[in-house]
Amino acid sequence: MAIISPEPVETTAVSPLGEAVPPARHPLGLSPLNRRRWQNFKSNRRGYWSLWIFLILFVISLFAELIANDRPFLIKFDGHLYFPAFVTYPETAFGGDFETAADYRDPYVQKLIADKGGTIVWPLIRYSYDTHNLDLPTPAPSKPTWLLTEKECKDVVQRKHLTGCRDLEYNWLGTDDQGRDVVARLIYGFRISVLFGLCLTIVSSIIGVAAGGVQGYFGGWVDLGFQRFIEVWTAIPSLYLLLILSSVLVPGFFVLLGILLLFSWVSLVGLVRAEFLRGRNFEYITAARALGVSNATIMFRHLLPNAMVATMTFLPFIVSSSVMTLTALDFLGFGLPPGSPSLGELLSQGKANVQAPWLGFTGFFAVAIMLSLLIFIGEGVRDAFDPRKTFR
Amino acid sequence: MDAINQPLLDVRDLSVAFHHAGGTSVAVDRISFEIRRGECVALVGESGSGKSVSALSVLKLLPYPSASHPTGNIRFKGEDLLGMSEREIRGVRGNDISIIFQEPMTSLNPLHTIESQIGEILQLHGGVRGTAARQRILELLTQVGIRDPETRLASYPHQLSGGQRQRVMIAMALANEPDLLIADEPTTALDVTVQAQILKLLADIRARLGMSLLFITHDLGIVRRIADRVCVMQGGKIVENGPVEQVFTAPQHAYTRELLAAEPKPDPAPPRPESPEVISTDNLKVWFPIRRGLLRKTVGHIKAVDGVTLKVRKGETLGVVGESGSGKTTLGLALLRLISSDGPIVFLSKNIQGLSFKDVRPFRRDMQIVFQDPFGALSPRMSVGEIVAEGLSVHQRALSADEREGRVIKALKDVGLDPETRFRYPHEFSGGQRQRISIARAVVLEPSFIVLDEPTSALDMVFQAQMVDLLRDLQRKRDLTYMFISHDLRVVASLASHLIVMRHGKVVEEGPASDLFKNPTSDYTRALFAAAFRNEAAPGGPAAQ
Repeated sequence: MAIISPEPVETTAVSPLGEAVPPARHPLGLSPLNRRRWQNFKSNRRGYWSLWIFLILFVISLFAELIANDRPFLIKFDGHLYFPAFVTYPETAFGGDFETAADYRDPYVQKLIADKGGTIVWPLIRYSYDTHNLDLPTPAPSKPTWLLTEKECKDVVQRKHLTGCRDLEYNWLGTDDQGRDVVARLIYGFRISVLFGLCLTIVSSIIGVAAGGVQGYFGGWVDLGFQRFIEVWTAIPSLYLLLILSSVLVPGFFVLLGILLLFSWVSLVGLVRAEFLRGRNFEYITAARALGVSNATIMFRHLLPNAMVATMTFLPFIVSSSVMTLTALDFLGFGLPPGSPSLGELLSQGKANVQAPWLGFTGFFAVAIMLSLLIFIGEGVRDAFDPRKTFR
Repeated sequence: MDAINQPLLDVRDLSVAFHHAGGTSVAVDRISFEIRRGECVALVGESGSGKSVSALSVLKLLPYPSASHPTGNIRFKGEDLLGMSEREIRGVRGNDISIIFQEPMTSLNPLHTIESQIGEILQLHGGVRGTAARQRILELLTQVGIRDPETRLASYPHQLSGGQRQRVMIAMALANEPDLLIADEPTTALDVTVQAQILKLLADIRARLGMSLLFITHDLGIVRRIADRVCVMQGGKIVENGPVEQVFTAPQHAYTRELLAAEPKPDPAPPRPESPEVISTDNLKVWFPIRRGLLRKTVGHIKAVDGVTLKVRKGETLGVVGESGSGKTTLGLALLRLISSDGPIVFLSKNIQGLSFKDVRPFRRDMQIVFQDPFGALSPRMSVGEIVAEGLSVHQRALSADEREGRVIKALKDVGLDPETRFRYPHEFSGGQRQRISIARAVVLEPSFIVLDEPTSALDMVFQAQMVDLLRDLQRKRDLTYMFISHDLRVVASLASHLIVMRHGKVVEEGPASDLFKNPTSDYTRALFAAAFRNEAAPGGPAAQ
């Protein structure tokens, strides 16, 4: 009895043999340990609020098509309901002339629908990430609409028979150098960044955990060989290789994911390997072997849960570094194909158009806030999983 | 009260409370005891009874502020220790009151030599350094019985044996000739022979220096040998307090009587020379290669098990005894093919040596193992039901979920657990209950042979006796064959029909248990028995140091 537990709950729970003292647990509830971790996470206010803000932003951005789109999500026309945001209808469906997809921003189409007494329900922002605003009062990149002076808008206002700047369709954060709405691009760009980060993290965690697990569990030559391979692999200057590869291959979401995966899976290997190395000599592992349980089952059922704590702690940081890598590649122009909404591209436009500070500021704040939130969440998770950390 | 009759240490109404997220729990509840000059007081109790916490509060070594003392005071030579500032108490620690801990491996800093570790204490409290300090260190090392102290000065802790490390710890504690030495289970981590030597050393030093001793242990045999007065603790309270003779001969409290009666009853399985052999091996070897140099050339071997021949017949119990490092556990693991070995292993009249992991699997149903550490042997993330059922899912896939559950319930009942426990998780149980779960996991497969690797040594005395009874019952009911590995000879004596004494991987002596306990032939066995049954150190015997 030399160990003084900071929580003497367990030591005092010595009970007469053959009796089950502790209270039963709700079958669907979190285990007491996980509940404690959740409490610890909650007590870190910054991390907790960051998680909520991030989740809300992410969920909103998942419905980007319903928030910023150049197609209305509902049209009631001629007694029928149309869902242009999800289905492509030809212009002829609304009595137009062309078999091509209807352009709902076109005043002609709007007029066709209005004439038949139809109603159009628009999203909040009537631009998609690739919609060019054709009625720009100033040459692109154009200022946020609320900064425009009456003199600057005069031409457009007259052409569209409006009364003043305030009646123009708003570009809340201005447009980029191709006349596309920055808010729309921001929403879509945020979504693609986070999705990319999550995908990359999940896939590279699965590969990393599997590789680390095999090395740690089998040890010996497997471990030795694998470790040397990883040492050589990580010595490759990855950024240059990424640049070369992405200039050879046609870049797209999944091609980029594959290329980045080549190097990002290594990050968890060492951690998981150490956990498995430590865990494989536990007595309950030997006990499982004595029962004849197969290696794969032992690794999955008995050892993996041990490694999960370390993995979980690292995940938010891997997400943020994945997002950062994607943004960097986009910034350099080797990332997602031209035209895709991306925060990196927004930043590089900001750099090329210093006279349009709304581009640079928007890009900077978007990336900075997103990464800060992820780091704060990561810190919260790390502290919550730390058994030695005390919270009061 | 004049200075002569005043007790050296006077603990009054001491309570210790720990605060945590779920509230406050009281580990020590208003205990009072005193220690006079030159007296040895023992605190006895099972783990979790609050004895270590009480001792640590004397030196204010608890994790404050999460620990606190709601009531009580501790007076040492009339001064209140609990009221002292951190700075004042540092002057007392290691100077007037010293402490030695259970685990000598972790109490010494692995990065410093013996000389610098003892020297540090001398310098801190007495300001002694240089040649004078060196002389004092040599004197101390001689005093605690380290041979050739000059050559040991430059040694690092890992170069010493467990007993030697504990001696160094004692030397450090004695460095400033304290008035009171607190010994927190100082011999629990040591082998019986070494344990006996350390106890003898502590008794000698106490007599020579006129020092008081507060001795914390769970072993009543030690208390009887070393202490003048004893305080029995249970659940944070002192339930009985008195002179050793009185407490041992006329215990007042029910718990003390239970503790004293907790000796395992000797009722071993009888030898059955006519029944069939369950497992046998001939000249079994487990050698670990020592590799050196760039090409990893094998330059030698660590012979963990070196030519062991044995056979166990159905219904018998083979006891394997020896000190730590003698290869007992390795032998057990090798017999079950859990580590690779060399030499035939005939199990149920088939040689299983050299079979692949897959081919051994059918045999695993019949051979099981129970480990020493009830905390490490159960996966913390599986419910008890899942743990017990795991073997069934490997060996009897055909069972339906209901049948499997039925088997689990039966196994839990057999080991004396409530079947409802199968929905709980291991951390909710005490050590004794966990060990029962481990046994349930083994017997659910209805094996014929079970290796019991020190199944009782991590348990408190009361649970040890119950565990021995349980194992004996199971053996009779199911006609089981045991291989019982232990360093605790009293437990082995109560179960084993045959005995093997191991040392350095070799069998020193073997034979029917009844004969061997009566007439040990080798010196080593005699020394082992003397230490285990009478806590006596053999003078200069082969087991010394």
